[in-house]
Amino acid sequence: MSELIKLSAAELAEKLKSGEVSSVEVTQAHLDRIEATDGAALDESNRAAGKAGLNAFLHINAEEALEVAAAVDKDRAAGETLPELAGVPIALKDLIVTKGQPTTAASKILEGWMSPYDGTVTQKVRAARMPILGKTNLDEFAMGSSTEHSAFGVTRNPWALDRIPGGSGGGSAVAVAAFQAPLALGTDTGGSIRQPAAVTGSVGVKPTYGGISRYGVIAMASSLDQVGPCTRTVLDAALLHEVVGGHDPKDSTSLNEPVGPLVEQARAGAAEGGLKGLRIGVIKELSGEGFQAGVLSRFQESLDLLEQAGAEIVEVSLPSVKEAIGAYYLIMSSEVSSNLAKYDGVRFGLRELPKEGPMTIERVMAASRAAGFGTEAKRRIILGTYALSAGYYDAYYGSAQKVRTLIQRDYAKAFETCDVLVSPTAPTTAFKLGEKNESADPMAMYLGDIATVPTNLAGVPSISLPAGLADEDGLPVGIQFTAPAHEDARLYRVGAGLEAALNTKWGAPLWAQMPETESLIRDFDFGGAK
Amino acid sequence: MSDEILSFEEAMEKYDPVLGFEVHVELNTATKMFDSAPNEFGDTPNTNITPVSLGLPGVLPVVNGKAVESSIKLGLALGCEIAPVSHFARKNYFYPDTPKNFQTSQYDEPIAANGSIDIELEDGTVFTIDIERAHMEEDAGKLTHMGGSAGRIQGAEFSLVDYNRAGVPLVEIVTRPIVGAGDRAPELARAYVAAIRDIVKALGISDARMERGNVRCDANVSLMPKGSTEFGTRTETKNVNSLRSVERAVRYEIQRHAAVLEAGEKIVQETRMWHEDTRETTAGRPKSDADDYRYFPEPDLVPVVTDSEWIERLRGELPEMPAERNKRLKTEWGFSDEEFRDVINAGALEPIEATVAAGAPASVARKWWMGEIARIAKEREVELTETGATAETVVELNKLVEAKKINDKIARQVLGFVVDGEGKPADIVEKRGLAVVSDDGALSSAVDEALAAMPDVADKIRAGKVQAAGAVVGQVMKATRGQADAARVRELILEKLGVEG
Repeated sequence: MSELIKLSAAELAEKLKSGEVSSVEVTQAHLDRIEATDGAALDESNRAAGKAGLNAFLHINAEEALEVAAAVDKDRAAGETLPELAGVPIALKDLIVTKGQPTTAASKILEGWMSPYDGTVTQKVRAARMPILGKTNLDEFAMGSSTEHSAFGVTRNPWALDRIPGGSGGGSAVAVAAFQAPLALGTDTGGSIRQPAAVTGSVGVKPTYGGISRYGVIAMASSLDQVGPCTRTVLDAALLHEVVGGHDPKDSTSLNEPVGPLVEQARAGAAEGGLKGLRIGVIKELSGEGFQAGVLSRFQESLDLLEQAGAEIVEVSLPSVKEAIGAYYLIMSSEVSSNLAKYDGVRFGLRELPKEGPMTIERVMAASRAAGFGTEAKRRIILGTYALSAGYYDAYYGSAQKVRTLIQRDYAKAFETCDVLVSPTAPTTAFKLGEKNESADPMAMYLGDIATVPTNLAGVPSISLPAGLADEDGLPVGIQFTAPAHEDARLYRVGAGLEAALNTKWGAPLWAQMPETESLIRDFDFGGAK
Repeated sequence: MSDEILSFEEAMEKYDPVLGFEVHVELNTATKMFDSAPNEFGDTPNTNITPVSLGLPGVLPVVNGKAVESSIKLGLALGCEIAPVSHFARKNYFYPDTPKNFQTSQYDEPIAANGSIDIELEDGTVFTIDIERAHMEEDAGKLTHMGGSAGRIQGAEFSLVDYNRAGVPLVEIVTRPIVGAGDRAPELARAYVAAIRDIVKALGISDARMERGNVRCDANVSLMPKGSTEFGTRTETKNVNSLRSVERAVRYEIQRHAAVLEAGEKIVQETRMWHEDTRETTAGRPKSDADDYRYFPEPDLVPVVTDSEWIERLRGELPEMPAERNKRLKTEWGFSDEEFRDVINAGALEPIEATVAAGAPASVARKWWMGEIARIAKEREVELTETGATAETVVELNKLVEAKKINDKIARQVLGFVVDGEGKPADIVEKRGLAVVSDDGALSSAVDEALAAMPDVADKIRAGKVQAAGAVVGQVMKATRGQADAARVRELILEKLGVEG
């Protein structure tokens, strides 16, 4: 295994600039790692051979990635000034549309669809001259917390292959956690960047709503969706955030303000005394009951480190967050029911003809949607359709919007006395694949989002970073900081500060304790899942 | 199978109609309501599209600012209040002409509300129609049903869809129920839609061509027994795409409702399709107030926020409205009510206005455009302005007549040559030698010849029967091929015979 893949994006960027390595070498090293660890999704022959692995990728874009890398190397050799991350490869969640590569949203209904246009973040990644390694796996249309709802197989957690990688962005989190990519983009509607980051020991950021363009990102729930970085370090997240953030006239909800300075704040936070005087509010409702003991002890450890670094720790109450899951599932599913209406087999994607009976447009639409959507997508479409129905609207969607307002007020009030808020990212470490899936009560899985959905409802930014391993299962625990809207920079400051303190304590980044992936895969019994 | 209908007169004896209109106006912005695709009519199907028009995965709408301005102007012209904050909403329903399977529209917070408009019927009766709201939305694509008869969906084998129209900006103007029109209801329907068409045209916000669907009317009709104040069940007639159809469709629905009610049956609340060929409506889809479109606020768009400065600037840009303009022109031109109405109905208002502006008296302009030019237009089955006659033609002809270069009869001939493309009136008169002969020498000998040829008539005139001079004038005119100045000829005749005119 090439040591290049263990380097952070910031380190790679330095080595590329100095000419110590080429982008082709870096890109090829990551493609090799994907080849060695990802398994079936790689290509048809692997699939036929039943080759198993992490299954973080749904599509590998090797040829184009290497072309971009070679072009960057050529321009660098010619002395051209290149963007900061030029030549550093990246993976994109397969919810982000890309020209020249399929975009599936991990749904059969979009299998084989090729977008005629690039999303805004895709364009920005291309403009930054970053080779795109491929598209990563997710729960279908980003609906889920385990990536088990992908139509193209589960993604496995590199810390324990029988564990979920989180979701919906399990693919992006695993790609960076398992060194398949130094950087990835995810999307976060109720925690889909942060919870996978927490359970895979990586870093994930959900920016302020409107901070990164949603144009060309397949919508799940428009008022909650945000694109964000998935990385192994806080500094890398800041670097990537600065590349893809900023105003986009094609997205009406995009903030008209400059992005950053995020990298600067990440560096400042990691420096000596960077957290001095910072007032950090521990969210009472999200740091006690219902949280795994090992999660809470790692959380407390981090709070102690923050205090030692000069931050002030206080307790705050956000009473409305207890209602967040209920409100979230109503608002999210209502928007889902409308956003997913366009997948009807008429203009693109899967078209399924009725097996019998008249061939009317309604029946073709119904047959296509019945065949194309998975169980969770159908469940949410039905829930949302019901919630928006005449006679129920006020009781469901209307009430949920009121709760949303209350949650926003709770945050605003908390930020009157605190610079940032903190809680564990998820109540538990990674649960076992299948444990909370179909047969189980879907509410059990929904409740895992308790700490992440409130910030989506409030539109405020959050970061999740590794806080260590839980004593009882040795699996990663995530800690989440939340800042007021537009104050994403604070997250990078406090995140980088804690990361530095933890790395000092551990003597290395958390990933140094992760089992070696290739031998893990070799020794694992994939069983029927192969 | 045709529905039973009652005669209009009988229906009116027993029932009072209640009307309501939803008029959709397509705005003539350069691009669509929510994306940068061109807003062009008649291009090759599915060429004026972007990923946004097609509702492809990942796309987002952005509101067309120009369309908002047009909507505000229309709201102001209809006397509406303009909302300081208005929202878009999603109207969810599955239909293949709507790429996203929802229409982005405005629901409970429209851009304009609570207006009214005075509608003057041909005899001068004025009805005030209250406007409930005017809201912004996007048009759907166009479906063409193939393989069936007459392009109808029934019996079609497949349908083609053109998304060029998908996303074209629309303003939907919704009236409050219109009560008390009585037997003027069909006429009022026509006049209302005509007024809306004229307003959007005057505002310059729509091409306002009904035959292209720029202005489309859905007409709601219900009946209540005379004396009742409780509204009956209504039907909504669609596909009413000309002023004539609006009047006929409303009349037909009144007659049909009356027959149903007379038979003791109930009106089915439904949409009806108007068929201009058979001049009937047929049942469309059932529609009820419980139709559930699951409206909710469009999360991909931010609210449209207006301020008084913006609104006042737009108000300042409003041109004179057609009704005011008509009043002003009628006074300025000194036409009678009847004359002015005829001018309007003949579509001669604009040409006359242009002709007056070019320097002709209003009465002369009216005489030409309502007379000889109208006759030519009718004969050739073209619009007045498509005859080839222009304001300048009329002005020039009038100058030639006033200068006595030609008389009225010759002037009409000259006009004929102008519309045949022979050039300008003065050039034609010159080239064809049509100038009036008013040279006394030439006329004098012509008169002498005529009198010599008609001695009996000459005697009568001498005896005091002055009116007999007409026969001699006619003879002279004939001899001079109409080019003589008839008044001068008459003077000469009387002079020569020693009679006082």
